[in-house]
Amino acid sequence: MDNVVLLAVDGSPGSDRALDHALKRAKTAGSKLVVAFVIEWSPYTFNTPEENAERHERRETEIERANDMVVAPALVRLTGEGIEAEGLVRHGAPAETLIRLARDHNAAQIVIGRRGQGGLKSLIFGSVAGNLIQTAPVPVVVVP
Amino acid sequence: MTRFTWLLAAALSLTLFTGPASAGIDDAINSFTAPIAALIGQIVFFKITIAGAELPLVVLWLVAGAVFFTFYMGFVNIRGFGHAIRLVRGDYADPDSAGEVSHFQALATAVSGTVGIGNIGGVAVAVTVGGAGATFWLIVAGFLGMSTKFVECTLGVKYRNENPDASVSGGPMYYLRSGLSERGMPGFGKFMGTLYAIGIFVGALGIGNMFQSNQAYVQLNNVAGGALDGYGWLVGIILACIVFSVIIGGIKSIASVTEKIVPFMAVFYCFFAIIVILMNGSAIPQAIANIFTGAFTGEGVAGGALGALIIGFQRAVFSNEAGIGSASIAHAAVRTDEPVTEGYVSLLEPFIDTIVICTITALVIGTSQVADPNFAGDATGIAMTSAAFERQLSWFPIPLAFAGLLFAFSTMISWSYYGLKGWTYLFGEGEFGQNGYKVLYCLFVVLGCVVQLGPILDISDALVFLICVPNIFGLYFLAPVVKREMQEYLARLESGEIKRFKH
Repeated sequence: MDNVVLLAVDGSPGSDRALDHALKRAKTAGSKLVVAFVIEWSPYTFNTPEENAERHERRETEIERANDMVVAPALVRLTGEGIEAEGLVRHGAPAETLIRLARDHNAAQIVIGRRGQGGLKSLIFGSVAGNLIQTAPVPVVVVP
Repeated sequence: MTRFTWLLAAALSLTLFTGPASAGIDDAINSFTAPIAALIGQIVFFKITIAGAELPLVVLWLVAGAVFFTFYMGFVNIRGFGHAIRLVRGDYADPDSAGEVSHFQALATAVSGTVGIGNIGGVAVAVTVGGAGATFWLIVAGFLGMSTKFVECTLGVKYRNENPDASVSGGPMYYLRSGLSERGMPGFGKFMGTLYAIGIFVGALGIGNMFQSNQAYVQLNNVAGGALDGYGWLVGIILACIVFSVIIGGIKSIASVTEKIVPFMAVFYCFFAIIVILMNGSAIPQAIANIFTGAFTGEGVAGGALGALIIGFQRAVFSNEAGIGSASIAHAAVRTDEPVTEGYVSLLEPFIDTIVICTITALVIGTSQVADPNFAGDATGIAMTSAAFERQLSWFPIPLAFAGLLFAFSTMISWSYYGLKGWTYLFGEGEFGQNGYKVLYCLFVVLGCVVQLGPILDISDALVFLICVPNIFGLYFLAPVVKREMQEYLARLESGEIKRFKH
């Protein structure tokens, strides 16, 4: 396994804290960071013909926005601190996609921020961090 | 001829708003439209008489096409079935490029457009006119139609047009124009493309619009116990307002909610249909026997077995739209490097629509008929299907009316898109013209609720079958292109060049 850490970001305060944590750890351990933003998306939804026709453009905008608002600033900060970092934006089911990315990049660890949702909300919608802890093939660090 | 029809119909819809707002409106419009419908029907369904059966040339044209494509593509409807399922399941989708329209989404959208009132009401019409045997031919037509869909949807993706705003437009008008010009017939291609575009935007007003709103109203009135008699115009205006708010007002939430409910309604419908069939248990063997004997003897049907065959084929095309080219417009929206994959996915549409849903409806009616030949009284169309359900489940007509309304609505929304694509092909993407078409479309929703089923069916059938002529003509010319694409694709699949991501 390489000295690579997968950092999951989504622009939330929790993800900012995760970035801070990952940055400090990477500095001491000299590891490489893969900063990944997963846009929640499912191939099994029902759309109108018009939605389908506009889908390609919408996808590009979504990726562009995620990159400009979250991933690119994170990369600037990381490289500024002298850490080797790579950014990714992907569509899919969050936990599943993060696990796939961790495998593809031979990550030794996944770092993710906590949203801190209450009991009922997380019971209904589940939480990405919770999901990862249950299913990830590598250790997961959940930053509070 | 088409242009003329369109003008006439437009003029007709205008009379609706100049006439007095009373229940008499319905009758006035009816007496006016019936002869026109009959005339159009006569021209399009020009018939030749073979062995006592009247065979409309257009139906022969479609059947010949479907049989040809089935053989020419080496029975892709059977051999491609498994691959189609794997594509829809996402086995070949690269997760790194996720986020584009998936095969599943493309299929679901196209199926929502085709699963309409035709699956509930149209089958009843087929069984009334063509006897139980029509069901057999309906299934055969669905099976053959899978090959036609394969060809037209592959072409729809291959020859689509990318608009400056990064959206895509595709469909028969585009493959007729570009495909035929590639084969050295630019003038002919342009002509056929234009002909098709005119046909689809006029035809959208019939099959995708008037027939749907008509049957939705009939079932509502049926549930209301006739309380809406003579108020077709009112129901029509309400429906038209909802359609208006979606396609012009841009209230997408209504459309997306409908799109999400429709698949569940379809499952709900099939589930209870199977329950009714099982409740009619003792009648099942006889009903199935009737379908087979009727198919080859055509007892009590005008024109005998051939008569049953014609009716079955006609209703099947009306329901699954194979050969009409509409699904090809929906599939063209999918970004894929492999046009053939959309062809494979699309062959599931006639299967779901005709072989599964229509057959289930036919069995509900067939078993009810065996159990009680007069179960429906004089009712035809959706009212007959409703009566068949009511025999066993007295509460079912109300959810059926709701399902009918939703099916009708989602089909109307899909077809407004198809019609619009024909319009923009002809007149460009101008905002003003597009809105003009949409207003006209809403007027036809009202018209559909006002006139009687007979003339509506005649007009709808006529308009829709008219588009098959240029479409299938083009498919013959372009079939070699599809075959080559298919063979190349299969070769790459074999060699492992096309990767499977999930197992």
